[in-house]
Amino acid sequence: MTHLRATAPGSPEGESGAVSDTSEPAALLQRCGRGDEAAFAALYDATSPRVFGLVLRVVRDRNQAEEVTQEVFLEVWRHSARYDAARGSAISWLLTIAHRRAVDRVRSAEASTARDTTYHQQTQVPDHDSTAEAAHASLEAHRVRQAVQSLTEVQREALELAYFSGYTHTEVAALLDLPLGTAKTRIRDGLIRLRDTMGVGQ
Amino acid sequence: MSESHNDAIHALSGAYAVDALHDEERQAFEQHLQRCAECQEEVTSLREAAALLALPEEVPPPAGLRDAVLAAAAQVRPLPPEVDQPAPRAETRPTPESATVVPFRRRLQTLGSRSRLALVAAAAVVVTAAGVGITQPWEPDTATYTATERVLEAPDAASVSQSFPDGSSATVTRSPSQGKAVLETHDMDQPPSGHVFQLWLMDDEGTARPAGTMGSGGDHEMVLDGDAAEATAVGITVEPEGGSEQPTTEPIAMFDLGEAPA
Repeated sequence: MTHLRATAPGSPEGESGAVSDTSEPAALLQRCGRGDEAAFAALYDATSPRVFGLVLRVVRDRNQAEEVTQEVFLEVWRHSARYDAARGSAISWLLTIAHRRAVDRVRSAEASTARDTTYHQQTQVPDHDSTAEAAHASLEAHRVRQAVQSLTEVQREALELAYFSGYTHTEVAALLDLPLGTAKTRIRDGLIRLRDTMGVGQ
Repeated sequence: MSESHNDAIHALSGAYAVDALHDEERQAFEQHLQRCAECQEEVTSLREAAALLALPEEVPPPAGLRDAVLAAAAQVRPLPPEVDQPAPRAETRPTPESATVVPFRRRLQTLGSRSRLALVAAAAVVVTAAGVGITQPWEPDTATYTATERVLEAPDAASVSQSFPDGSSATVTRSPSQGKAVLETHDMDQPPSGHVFQLWLMDDEGTARPAGTMGSGGDHEMVLDGDAAEATAVGITVEPEGGSEQPTTEPIAMFDLGEAPA
């Protein structure tokens, strides 16, 4: 049970790692893996608005979003030594964890409070404008919005219902009156187009 | 394996990248991912694209959250990196660790009214102790781990364990508030060729609902499909590959959730 050993405080090592820019999220994660709490604080400062914004968008409730964000960062800290840069950027890794946890929260909340109601009875529509107002208007964010607008309407709707509202692809198909099995194709097509428009991931 | 339906399974990459698969589909896709470099690459790139969607949504969290997160992290050591084990898994090693799984979780349950923060930190420690060895070579923790944790962390989680003569063991943990059950196996034998282990949620009328399949033995941790809140028992049978609608063989294990301490 050596895993129960208390964490040594502070930053245990001085030598630099393999990643050159030590303020990059990937480099910070690498230092987190060695128990460097200062690197973790820097990682939190650099990425928490992105994580919190996404989680809030998915779970909608501020208190729950705070809880989930805390869980996300603890998971990131715990698994930091297992981040592998070959499997994508650090921010993508972090947001994958955040999204998964946020979606789990939404689905389990529905399972426990409204087990008998189906998704058909829920009529809420993603409230894009209100949260977007509070968001950063950076150039990059602007480019992303443009890229999203360039998707076909059904691609965009399917992607947003899945990513921001946490619906499964079969639920998305029902919500959009798509033939069963086609929502997953729309989601994939939309992501591929977004990826290629923005030039990420390859 | 059955490469014929791989074309269909490739098409799940986008829904997988945005967590829009059902539990059963996700488990099937993750098994596929382990041997499909093309899909690994695609999922990685589609996750980069999905991450972009969060960019215009940035909202600074409240200042107090930073202190809470950093204080909680200070109490937990990060997990060690994944290293190739020289001897993967000995044939049938008795599992002293598995015996500690239940007591640890019980200890967590007794935390009761402590603060959320303490609970999260304690849960992290418990998972550190119990969770080593469940990760897959590709796609380790982030995808399958968290739904499991949610059940194991729940204050009303209750466990039933069984040990088998060959040294293997399995534990079912059910949280009524989460409506989910988790199965953890240790050193399970492989299912017969062309067969899988299939899980079933039993109700008080004796009806068995399919709750997912395991294609291999060894150590697993998985969330059962379906609503487990009202289930009275969890059964495991051996079924033909792909699973069955109804159990076609006698259960090799049965976990009576009525026995689980509340």
